[in-house]
Amino acid sequence: MTMPAIRNDGVTIMPAAAANAPVVAITPRRRPWRDSYGRIARDTAARVIPPLIVITLLMLFWELVCRRTGSTLPPPSKVYNDTKELIFDPFFDHGGIDKGLFWHLSASLQRVALGYSLAAVAGIGLGVLVGQSVWAMRGLDPLFQVLRTIPPLAWLPLALAAFRDGQPSAIFVIFITSIWPIIINTAVGIRNIPQDYRNVAAVVQLNPLEFFWKIMLPSAAPYIFTGLRIGVGLSWLAIIAAEMLIGGVGIGFFIWDAWNSSHISEIILALFYVGIIGFVLDRAIAGLGRLVTHGTSAS
Amino acid sequence: MSAYLKLDHIDKVFSRGAASTEVLKDITLTIDRGEFVSIIGHSGCGKSTLLNIVAGLTTATMGGVLLEDHEVNSPGPDRAVVFQNHSLLPWLTVYQNVRLGVDKVFAKTKSRAERDAWTLHNLSLVQMVHAKDKRPSEISGGMKQRVGIARALAMEPKVLLLDEPFGALDALTRAHLQDSVMALHHKLGNTILMITHDVDEAVLLSDRIVMMTNGPSATIGEVLEVPLPHPRKRLELATNAAYLKCRQRVLEFLYERHRFIEAA
Repeated sequence: MTMPAIRNDGVTIMPAAAANAPVVAITPRRRPWRDSYGRIARDTAARVIPPLIVITLLMLFWELVCRRTGSTLPPPSKVYNDTKELIFDPFFDHGGIDKGLFWHLSASLQRVALGYSLAAVAGIGLGVLVGQSVWAMRGLDPLFQVLRTIPPLAWLPLALAAFRDGQPSAIFVIFITSIWPIIINTAVGIRNIPQDYRNVAAVVQLNPLEFFWKIMLPSAAPYIFTGLRIGVGLSWLAIIAAEMLIGGVGIGFFIWDAWNSSHISEIILALFYVGIIGFVLDRAIAGLGRLVTHGTSAS
Repeated sequence: MSAYLKLDHIDKVFSRGAASTEVLKDITLTIDRGEFVSIIGHSGCGKSTLLNIVAGLTTATMGGVLLEDHEVNSPGPDRAVVFQNHSLLPWLTVYQNVRLGVDKVFAKTKSRAERDAWTLHNLSLVQMVHAKDKRPSEISGGMKQRVGIARALAMEPKVLLLDEPFGALDALTRAHLQDSVMALHHKLGNTILMITHDVDEAVLLSDRIVMMTNGPSATIGEVLEVPLPHPRKRLELATNAAYLKCRQRVLEFLYERHRFIEAA
């Protein structure tokens, strides 16, 4: 099969020979199920085994150190024996503050939920104001910078004086602790909305309300969620301390009460739960953020 | 009959504190309905500022813009912009990005179903219906710019403003999109004002080329009519005498008479 070369202004162009290149069709072979399950098992093992080893070693070390007579803290075996009832029956309710751990934790979580939700709404609102208006920023930013450095518990006496009750005071302390990172991060997010998006909104002539919902919130969402995540961590820190002082049902006071009755094992169990719940709260907000900001960060 | 779009003695001064820079000086230009006009000049000559003034995103210090004898001061969908970097909203799908403008512009005049159909129609004009449910991060640069064009077209603008629309694309994609824009202009007869720094692009697409002098105080140096009939074919033009002459004129203007002097 011959094809003439095309001559054009001294440039010779050879048409590519239409050779019968062998076409090989590769049928995708299904990976045998044993292979894929084996891989999942290996991946899981690679994640789970190292922390398990570390925890076991630490427990062993703790057991050895605290087993000696005259040790001030109980070893893990004693903690388990002392708190077996609390672990396996978290739902008992003998009236007053003599309740299972579930009730203490749920009381604390309810306070956090209320205070934190208020902080989220108010914080995002104020953050939008400060991010959007130069005058609001100049007026409010110095105030925020000073107020945010006040430790959570320093607010408690003032709150008690104002509300004359423990419950709203604890909620106020959570509110005032978690609001600052939400305000500051939201304001940064609003200030960082690309001019391009503002131009698009201007050309389309979105009104301020549509601009808020359709441009501002989605564009600032990654920043807002950073603030919300810091905020939830801080509010969990604050509630334990606040509850120690206000008393009543709640994990904070449970710890304080255990200390007063010298139930050291109960303190250790409570700390374990506090840690786990703090971790879960943090992950929950982070997961929510990933869900909501899906696709926002990439442009 | 007065002009469709008129840029009337536009001056633009940027001032920061005591220092002020005159970017544009005495720009006067009239554009007829259905005309394709390109503005070409070296970077920093203020051509993007000029487009922003027409779009209403920036205001002129002196002079103004008249569209069908009405002064325009603020941005609006009658002067839709295709931005250089596409500016699609990353959290919306391709369809939703176009629909955003459609919903605003035709809120009262079209029903929900009609707005849906109109959005899809405009996506089909740029051959992007197949990706309507993808997000901007999942499609290529050329596709994003197509969606940007669809978003602007869907607002049924009186003037379509293109701000270096193909600047960020590779040469092959750019040629492909230029052909699309040519076809759309031929089909829909929009009035288009395009900013570019690509001589071939300007000559290929425009009816008239506005050449700007270097800033500061940039102004219109020369306006060149491109006497080539539409539709134009890229390959045929490569040897067309009129095309080469136009190209020569623009190159001479840019590289001989108004050579770009970089700040040393």
